[in-house]
Amino acid sequence: MARYVGQRVKRTEDPRLIKGLAHYVDDIRLPDTLHVAFVRSIYAHARINGVDAGEALKAPGVVAIFTGKDVSEKIGPVPCASALPELKVPDHRVLATDKVYFVGHPIAAVVAADAYAARDAAELLMIDYEELPAVVNAEEAAQGGAVIHEQFGSNVAYKLTAGEGDIVAALASADRRIKQRIINQRLAPVAMEPRGVLARYLPGEQELTVWSSTQIPHLLRTQLALMIGIPENKLRVITPEVGGGFGSKLNVYAEEALLGWISMQLGRPAKWIETRRENMQATIHGRGQVGEIEIGCKADGTVTGLRYNVVADLGAYHQLLTPAIPTLTGLMLSGAYKIPAIQINVTGVFTNKMATDAYRGAGRPEATYVVERAIDLVAAELGLDPVAVRRRNFPAPEEFPFKTATGLFYDSGNYEGALAKALENAGYERLREEQRAAREQGRIVGIGVSTYVEICALGPSQAMPAGGWESATVRIEPTGTVTVLTGASPHGQGQETSFAQLAADELGVDMGDVTVVHGDTAIVQYGIGTFGSRATAVGGTAVFVAIEKLKEKASKIAAHMLGTDAVNVVFAEGVFSIKETKKAAAAAGDGKAADADSDEVPEPVVPVGEGPAGALPEPETEGRKKVSIQEVALAAHLARELPPDTEPGLSATYFFEPKNFTFPFGTHIAVVEIDRETGEVKFQRYVAVDDCGRVINPMLVDGQVQGGIVQSIGQALYEEVVYDEQGQLITGTLMDYAVPRAKMIPWFELDRTETPTDVNPLGVKGVGEAGTIGATPAIVNAVVDALSPFGVRHIDMPIRPEAVWRIINSSDE
Amino acid sequence: MKKAVQINVNGTTRETEVEPRLLLVHYLRDVLGLTGTHVGCETSLCGACTVTVDGQAVKSCTMFAVQADGSNITTIEGLAHDGELHPVQEGFWERHGLQCGYCTPGMIMAAAQLLERNHAPTREEIRHGLEGNLCRCTGYQHIVEAVEYASKAVNREP
Repeated sequence: MARYVGQRVKRTEDPRLIKGLAHYVDDIRLPDTLHVAFVRSIYAHARINGVDAGEALKAPGVVAIFTGKDVSEKIGPVPCASALPELKVPDHRVLATDKVYFVGHPIAAVVAADAYAARDAAELLMIDYEELPAVVNAEEAAQGGAVIHEQFGSNVAYKLTAGEGDIVAALASADRRIKQRIINQRLAPVAMEPRGVLARYLPGEQELTVWSSTQIPHLLRTQLALMIGIPENKLRVITPEVGGGFGSKLNVYAEEALLGWISMQLGRPAKWIETRRENMQATIHGRGQVGEIEIGCKADGTVTGLRYNVVADLGAYHQLLTPAIPTLTGLMLSGAYKIPAIQINVTGVFTNKMATDAYRGAGRPEATYVVERAIDLVAAELGLDPVAVRRRNFPAPEEFPFKTATGLFYDSGNYEGALAKALENAGYERLREEQRAAREQGRIVGIGVSTYVEICALGPSQAMPAGGWESATVRIEPTGTVTVLTGASPHGQGQETSFAQLAADELGVDMGDVTVVHGDTAIVQYGIGTFGSRATAVGGTAVFVAIEKLKEKASKIAAHMLGTDAVNVVFAEGVFSIKETKKAAAAAGDGKAADADSDEVPEPVVPVGEGPAGALPEPETEGRKKVSIQEVALAAHLARELPPDTEPGLSATYFFEPKNFTFPFGTHIAVVEIDRETGEVKFQRYVAVDDCGRVINPMLVDGQVQGGIVQSIGQALYEEVVYDEQGQLITGTLMDYAVPRAKMIPWFELDRTETPTDVNPLGVKGVGEAGTIGATPAIVNAVVDALSPFGVRHIDMPIRPEAVWRIINSSDE
Repeated sequence: MKKAVQINVNGTTRETEVEPRLLLVHYLRDVLGLTGTHVGCETSLCGACTVTVDGQAVKSCTMFAVQADGSNITTIEGLAHDGELHPVQEGFWERHGLQCGYCTPGMIMAAAQLLERNHAPTREEIRHGLEGNLCRCTGYQHIVEAVEYASKAVNREP
């Protein structure tokens, strides 16, 4: 039945990408385009006493220069969609006016005939800064000292306590209580394509089109309409090819509004392409949590309670979801375990840095890291195998849906199943023996396990700031090709392929006849976008249900064409046919003997390119028992002989609202060896078993997992956004910010279990963030395990060779 | 101020006057309209802008167009011949060596050059050979498999 779903189908996106013929924002060329360069703050915190654009305006090619004073009354503030009790929300203007709050804070936009001229002129702007004390350390910022936003009186943006169960009693009842300070360092998403915006205003039509490298075209359209003050139905947002996002393009940025507004002011297209340096300074960062774990356990390893007190480094302003990210951490603090009492106490703090926001995993990697480190701390405290402690605290498969003390209902799971498979694939017992032997030889070898669970398919609208559903339109064109419009906005995940697989199977057509369209608000019905591992689980379901609706209508038309009732018609492999019952056969044949050829279904109905265009031929169905869905589509468009009360055309739209999140899970096992001379961590093995529910394209799932694990390796071993004590960004280029390279990465041994969900009819859970969530603690646990003979119970990320070397060399083992 | 350059790109010789400071990548993208070559970092660290200049893989953001005067350049658009994909392009498609596709042209150009030097690289040699090219999506494993695929295809050719 399924020709495509479940197969390793090659991507339909790829031909244009591998030939260099795809179009990212910067590849779109419009005549008469102006180019914008931004002048950005070189200080983390300063008063602006004046901006002198005189010289810059005289520079060759310069058309206009806009400063904060020019635009602050014209363009609304950069939005924050998080609504937390008593949240302090600073007025975030698109350009700085009186003060700058972080290095990279935009101060002026220089508009010129070409990008070189714009950057030359930007150098000529004179900014009179008066430097102010920079607030860099989030923990200190929470305590007092210099205040960033004076109107709030302190740097605390919000405090929040969440969780259920009596945490005090739970910790008191424990045999052991373990505390650990723990850091999730600031990271930069570093999508390979930096951000970019092209805006074109047509003064006659009064229409603004904004091409932006974004994950959320429709949400962006709504927000930009509000910011710029243009009717939403006169604003079109197009996301052409998007070169990676990882959450960094799940946002609404000052530059997007400014470019639209500038094009409206000047009546010409305007383009801005972010440089990598700007990307490091002024595209959102992720993580940035400093906390303390307290976990209580019984002597047998049963966890009684977990408390996480955390200071979240929010940066200077809220971007779209900044304050909400730590709340996701709180939601996932139960991990894959039965923990009766959980409490998170968040203090969200302003600092003179770029905002933190959703970076792949968005709060959940932080939670998983906390929980998986905590479980290993319990194991170390009790002298138990980390695997045994995990098993002791797993909910059994029959306990699902499983309610956590963080208020979630985990849909389905078989944590032991994934763990057992991973242990077997890794040869865990043998690995432990090899480790013992290696230690006797003086080698430093560690094995780390992480049994993660994550929250995906975001999500029910109740839990989302701007809708958690997703939309799809499926239509069959008169000539029989299928168009799928999805409200999701894939940018590398491959849904042009996986949705085509789904549609082709459900409609019984060739995949080559299906085109998936996304990312253009003038073409596609309103959608939410691609983030939170939601596109397939929520958006794919919308496609699936839209097809069901379409087939229901097609079935009525088919029955009419075959001269019978819809109840007598069955659909299989693209063909409607009359059920083989005597009554139906009699009704269809009307007593006449069926034509010998009547079982043949002509396909395609209208051979494109093989004949002259003109009046389309009505499908000939006289005496036939079968009719293809393409013939039905043609008949539906010709509409000469439709059943009574039937709308012409063959198209269906569905907006799918999920009833819950989904909770994928899995086990990751890292085996590392540490170079005693250099402190360098080297991988020996990496084994993972992930369970993301039903799989549409295993090749795409592998790709998501592998890419995710590498971002985890980045966090565990290499990456950190570093600001110095003056708030200067030290990691301002890819020379200083260590994105993992091919040589740093081990060979991944991947496998899967498949536990479907009943949250959606596809049984799909989502996989976009699994690798980034599950892998980080496995790696750190492995390093800590390796260093345990040196008395190490914890080490902070990124685990730099120097820190490891110092441990080895300052201990007598 | 402008200087005349004669550069053969993908088999066609072009004569153009360019600013001495014009980067090769901007010459390719903005003067010739060959936008398959991407810019990812401006500091020659990411490799998205990799092209071949006289057979050598070069990061075109670190070279001025005037420095390429008189040379032969191949960009991603010139890699396929007569509608037939280069084995490395084929490998990337077959083995899912790309996701967002942004690093892909540079990665493919670097891999093609690697195979010129070494027809049958080991996995370690492939990883080493692609060290100058960053990919944030794939985790590199499928890229390694793509280059292995291409290597086998190249070695099958007469």
